[in-house]
Amino acid sequence: MAREMWKGNEAIAEAAVRAGLEAYFGYPITPQNEVLEYLSHRMPELGRAFVQAESEPAAINMVYGAACTGARVMTSSSSPGISLMQEGLSYIAGTEVPMVLVNVMRGGPGLGNIAPSQGDYNQICKGGGHGDYHPIVLAPASIQEAVDLVPVAFELAHKYLNICTILIDGSIGQMMEPVQLPEMQPVARKEYDWAVSGAKGRKRHFLSSIYLDVPTEEKVNLRILGRWREAQANEIRFKEYFMEDAEHIVIGFGTAGRIALSAVRTARALGIKVGLFRPISVNPFPYKRVEELCKRAKSFLVVEMNTGQMLKDVQAAVRNRIPVRFYGRLGGVMPFPDEFVHEIQEMIKNPGKPEDDPADLWYLRMMAR
Amino acid sequence: MAATIVNPENLVYSRPKGFTDMPSHYCPGCTHGTAQRLVAEVLEEMNILDKSIGVAPVGCAVFAYNYIDIDFVEAAHGRAPAMATGIKRVLPDRVVFSYQGDGDLASIGMAETVHAAARGENITIIFINNAIYGMTGGQMAPTTLPGMKTTSSPNGRDVETQGYPIRVSEMLATLDGAGYIVRRSLHDPKNIRLAKKAIRLAFETQVHGLGFSMVELLSTCSTGWGMTPVESLAWLEEHMIPAFPLGDYKIASSVAALKI
Ligand SMILES: Cc1ncc(C[n+]2csc(CCOP(=O)(O)OP(=O)(O)O)c2C)c(N)n1
Repeated sequence: MAREMWKGNEAIAEAAVRAGLEAYFGYPITPQNEVLEYLSHRMPELGRAFVQAESEPAAINMVYGAACTGARVMTSSSSPGISLMQEGLSYIAGTEVPMVLVNVMRGGPGLGNIAPSQGDYNQICKGGGHGDYHPIVLAPASIQEAVDLVPVAFELAHKYLNICTILIDGSIGQMMEPVQLPEMQPVARKEYDWAVSGAKGRKRHFLSSIYLDVPTEEKVNLRILGRWREAQANEIRFKEYFMEDAEHIVIGFGTAGRIALSAVRTARALGIKVGLFRPISVNPFPYKRVEELCKRAKSFLVVEMNTGQMLKDVQAAVRNRIPVRFYGRLGGVMPFPDEFVHEIQEMIKNPGKPEDDPADLWYLRMMAR
Repeated sequence: MAATIVNPENLVYSRPKGFTDMPSHYCPGCTHGTAQRLVAEVLEEMNILDKSIGVAPVGCAVFAYNYIDIDFVEAAHGRAPAMATGIKRVLPDRVVFSYQGDGDLASIGMAETVHAAARGENITIIFINNAIYGMTGGQMAPTTLPGMKTTSSPNGRDVETQGYPIRVSEMLATLDGAGYIVRRSLHDPKNIRLAKKAIRLAFETQVHGLGFSMVELLSTCSTGWGMTPVESLAWLEEHMIPAFPLGDYKIASSVAALKI
């Protein structure tokens, strides 16, 4: 298929349609509106379900209902809306039904702004809703990668009966790039032995997240954890660039990772032996690979558009073996590649000690600017 | 021959096919059991048990699926109409209904209720109005009567600070998407029979694709009200019916034309 110019949000929407999306429920919020708008004509055109809900809590609970039928179902939102969905996400996780969530992050906290941010990494990866659950989170760095990950997201959600989130920021949602969209797949609803559809010729099914019997709830928690452990073992995704002879490694996800690639190219042109590690599955996080890399690298530079949320995951893998430096921009400010190049140079000049606190030192540098 | 205790010609009462043999967990005097039995009877009589999907609320009816023997899901507090919408949009030829208390439907879930009705969502809601939060121990509900004592209005609902009860049926009847909105009561056999007829018509509205349907059922909460079962039935009749008049609030002409 030919490459065409697509806006990120619309490309993701069309990729979901082609992945067999049966039902979409959403609520307007910038910078995610085009997903909803695109699907408002595309879904009815194909005889599939679309509802503009009255709120994000309503949207996620419509998703919850549709997910209970075993259909491929999706919603999308941006930071404040995702906060409102947390109750429903927790219920969906507790009921062990599959869904895909697209989170087009914007500057926060609070109403914040509509500029690109990565401030919701913790919220989206570490739960957000109440209870012990672990959503799968994929963080593409381009529209093509996002489009390629959409069918994967549905497969993972249905394989692990879990929430699978495509985590992007406003820049990926809003920009246009040439992309090759996937082939149209037929809608094929699996016959699950748990889905509700009317108990015709079988015993009835009921789906809930309530287990008043405490030992049973513990068993359910262990079952959810068991599936998560399988995902941890099998669903690690990342990309490496200029890694063969890299002495220093930059780590960043999504848009920060993409900007870091430009910075690494510039640094390479300056003769600096630096590579880039870009986690794609940010949950499960590629801890093992980061651990391997820190055994061969002299130092790491972690770059994010937040105060160092993924940094904590990197540090958990590094365990003070090598110096780690951090650089972040906040509140919707997008870093330029030059800023990262500068950080790479500073890191090499003064790598510091492995036990230094990178977030602390970064804060002091920010305040001294 | 095995002892036939009841001959078919003498049989006047039995467990509906759609009702399980699970012992009821409801308090003595509570009308939740009556309402759920009526739903099971109607689904059986309409021969739609095997194409129906129920959405249970958060409230005393959280375990409705233990009694009504059909596919069921259990919603978050107040979100049942949204969840029912999600199911119905994916499975439009199935019969989807929620069963909700007044706290669930008219307080935390008011937005979901109003918008499901406004969309003309082709679902049915069985709305249990017992003027109190039963499950959490008897707090004030959006339907608690002025002056009524609850655990969170211990001196009686003071309308100056705690506002007035909401008449949901009257409110939803103003929406064009609503096809069938009526209020009935469960306080005596005659009214129970009328309630059953209304439940039937609500499900017929859905089966015929005529829009949103809701039956509000005035119900008792003996425990929450601090009364005996008999006292609470009398209290319902004496105090709730004047505040929540029984009647048909919206019957779309297409629904009125249904021949059952
Ligand atoms: C988000 C949330 N808030 C509060 C509760 C606690 N809660 C459980 S049932 C209930 C009230 C139910 O009252 P009602 O809907 O009137 O039903 P009833 O129990 O009287 O049948 C509340 C507040 C909850 N489960 N979830």
